[in-house]
Amino acid sequence: MNLDKAKQTFFNEAQELLEAMEAALLAGEEQEDQGEAVNAMFRTVHTIKGSAGLFGLDAVVRFAHSVESVLDRVRGHQVPLSSELITLLFQCHDHLIQVLDDLQGELPESPETQQSGARILASLLPYQNNPVATPAPGALAVQPVTAHPVGSGPANPWHLSLRFGPDVFRNGMDPLSFLRYLGTLGSILHLTPLLGNLPEGDGYDPETCYLGLELDLDSQADQKTLEEVFEFVREDSRILIIPPHSKTEDFLALLKDLPEGERYLGEILVAGGQLTSQELEEALRTQKDESYEDGKVQSRLLGSILIQEHGMAPPVVAAALDKQKKAKERQAQEQKVIKVSAEKLDRLVDLVGELVIAGATAHAQAAEVKAGRAQADNLLEATTTLNKLVEEIRDNALSLRMVQIGETFSRFRRIVRDVSQELGKAIELEIHGGETELDKSIVEKLSDPLMHIVRNSIDHGIEALDQRRARGKPESGTLSLSASHESGTIIIEVSDDGGGLNRERIYAKAVERGIIQPGASLSDQEITNLIFEPGFSTATAVSNLSGRGVGMDVVRRNIDELRGSIEVETEEGLGTTLRIRLPLTLAIIDGFRVGVGGVSYVVPLDLVIECLDLAPFLESEENHLVNLRGEVLPFLRLREVFQIPGPLPARERVVVIQYGDTRAGIVVDRLMGEFQTVIKPLGKLFRGARGIGGSTILGSGEVALILDAAQLVQLATERPIRPGSLSTLQ
Amino acid sequence: MAELIKFSKRATQALVTAPVEQRFQYLAFSLGGETFAMDIRSIKEVIQFGGLTEVPLMPPFIRGVINLRGAVVPVVDLCVRFGRPVTEVARRTCTVILEVSQGDEFAVLGVLVDNVSEVLEIGESQIEPAPSFGSDIRAEFIAGVGKVGEKFVILLDVNRVLSVDELAAMTSGRGPAGTLA
Repeated sequence: MNLDKAKQTFFNEAQELLEAMEAALLAGEEQEDQGEAVNAMFRTVHTIKGSAGLFGLDAVVRFAHSVESVLDRVRGHQVPLSSELITLLFQCHDHLIQVLDDLQGELPESPETQQSGARILASLLPYQNNPVATPAPGALAVQPVTAHPVGSGPANPWHLSLRFGPDVFRNGMDPLSFLRYLGTLGSILHLTPLLGNLPEGDGYDPETCYLGLELDLDSQADQKTLEEVFEFVREDSRILIIPPHSKTEDFLALLKDLPEGERYLGEILVAGGQLTSQELEEALRTQKDESYEDGKVQSRLLGSILIQEHGMAPPVVAAALDKQKKAKERQAQEQKVIKVSAEKLDRLVDLVGELVIAGATAHAQAAEVKAGRAQADNLLEATTTLNKLVEEIRDNALSLRMVQIGETFSRFRRIVRDVSQELGKAIELEIHGGETELDKSIVEKLSDPLMHIVRNSIDHGIEALDQRRARGKPESGTLSLSASHESGTIIIEVSDDGGGLNRERIYAKAVERGIIQPGASLSDQEITNLIFEPGFSTATAVSNLSGRGVGMDVVRRNIDELRGSIEVETEEGLGTTLRIRLPLTLAIIDGFRVGVGGVSYVVPLDLVIECLDLAPFLESEENHLVNLRGEVLPFLRLREVFQIPGPLPARERVVVIQYGDTRAGIVVDRLMGEFQTVIKPLGKLFRGARGIGGSTILGSGEVALILDAAQLVQLATERPIRPGSLSTLQ
Repeated sequence: MAELIKFSKRATQALVTAPVEQRFQYLAFSLGGETFAMDIRSIKEVIQFGGLTEVPLMPPFIRGVINLRGAVVPVVDLCVRFGRPVTEVARRTCTVILEVSQGDEFAVLGVLVDNVSEVLEIGESQIEPAPSFGSDIRAEFIAGVGKVGEKFVILLDVNRVLSVDELAAMTSGRGPAGTLA
């Protein structure tokens, strides 16, 4: 049976569950009543554990199991949900994501992941079985290891060290049967056979047992039961059983006791997750030091050493970001799944049903007309219905790809939390308009630029605590993410109440970087827009978060690719707002068709304001200006910019367009009216094409090019048309 | 079981009688009076030339784009790519639609040729390596020279001639500035 498909579903599901877990963690941190949040976390981890078990993903099961048992105790009010625990649970969450990503990408688990997993598990230990207060050194010695509460937390990794005697086979025993029996008491987590005793060649006696085993067993059984398992072989074999959560010294004693050598066994323990390699080194050293100091070995829980050594490492944001990026890349290769509301789908199917009927009607009418039995009017009516349905289906089909942006926004809660913690800034994230719907492909491409902007706002925008106090602002900064619709476009705003952009610094920096000439006179808006230039970064210190050389220029490029635009609004001392305008969808736009020579071009209709004849409005041919009811408007001739040969027509037309604050006229030969355009990308070969944003196929089957107004205007500005050039074209 | 034996017998016989030499199929076409051929495995179809939309401000080797059943496909003028004058469109001018690979990616491209003549089957031993000089076409574009009867045909290396990366670099590197003024 092919489980791949089911496995894919599992990964998708696990991803959603982990998102839910993150939301629950964030909620648990903020709210007074944590009960529901804890329950939600428990449910997600439990489900992941269960499903992972189905696919035999043991690493996930083991890890989720430990997390689950901690959450179970939190749920039972045995352990409080402290902020340390939440930080730790965030790490668990990240680790699970990493492990699942690796599994999904069919990559072997990296040593770093393994190590971080083991470290997190070790940090979880004190929450698992003992009240949090106890893991102080000394206090533990009071608790006998065997008094381990049975059934409290299911994670009880016993360590068994077995050296079967040489006569085990002769006495009628089979080491395998012990393993089978152990399997009924619990599950074997890890097993390493020791074959070092195996003699070579002639020395080998098939009736002698040379086998040794190191195994980790997860079992609820007590020590006595486990000892009884080996009753029949105890006499001539060496059986060592180390209870769960034993002192480091017990393991060290084991290492010393057994003939295979400390290092070798130590590594097996590391492999089994009982120790990490670092712990092994440290534990060996610690013990040595302590022995020197006061002559006797102190009893310390393995977990307590770990907590001291590793503590609660502050979340490394950069790593988290990289991880997210990696995950995204891998996801891109995987099959993509989108959730659609059943209602939308039902409506679509209904419409398709209607379309089939309307199609049949139109066909019948056409046949009637052909036979001369009916009027063409009826046929026209039928095709009009058909057209209306096609339009409705189009809108409906497009809405299937629409997703709410809120999900993307809430992902920033975590980033804001982590980053503000790291920088020691208090920042509140406000989200408005999360229910705004946007094309899924746009949302996906938007998350990187948004991340950049948010990071910039936190890092450079919002001031440090003392600075805020000095300026008389509330201590906690506010970052707000909002989305809204505005006449066929989506507006996304990221605003902060931080220091704002310092225009003088930007100007000085731009001069220093050679982006502008010293002494250039620029408007305020032009200066703030300099931050989008490549190679511009005002942060004097390169921090972990931003200032990596890629910055706002990448953001602008990403937004450009989405056919959107970005602008900054800033007031020094009060804050900055970045406004991103995006089209609703990438696939279909309303277009306005124009003709130059024999070729058709399409201008996106939302840009078009009006159309006029050139001649009556012409102000200055030399300077390319028209007089639009008192307003002076620059124009460009498509024919000139695109170097299309051929004579100028008798009557030229102007299409007045506006994007952002820029207005311009585009002079063409013919106006051919509006129509709906399905955008086809032009492909890699035309990456260098300028003034053209894509292509579309006309009703006639001909390919028409879609104009990119912003680039066109830029092209015309770069290359002022000399008065003389006109005559060469004519 | 008996059938199986029979089958394997036949397979063995086939193996014994099959010529050891591998033969490849090439599509022969003419371009500026010269005959070239390219590996038939990268060819998707051959269509009559027509319906071309020119893309402004592009270097001359890109003739434009066509609508191939709803997909917009760029058309490359091979003559210009080889540093020769632009191909004149005539009655028998064809567009050969090819699939070229670029690493893991595949791109569909059209090339303009004067006419398509036949499919040649050329044995491995009839293919000579490309001469390092003597042709005005860049040596790396040539996969080999095939011998067909008394004639020689240049076999093009499609993935080199139509390397999307290289072509894209050429289109973006060549700014429109300065060409008009």
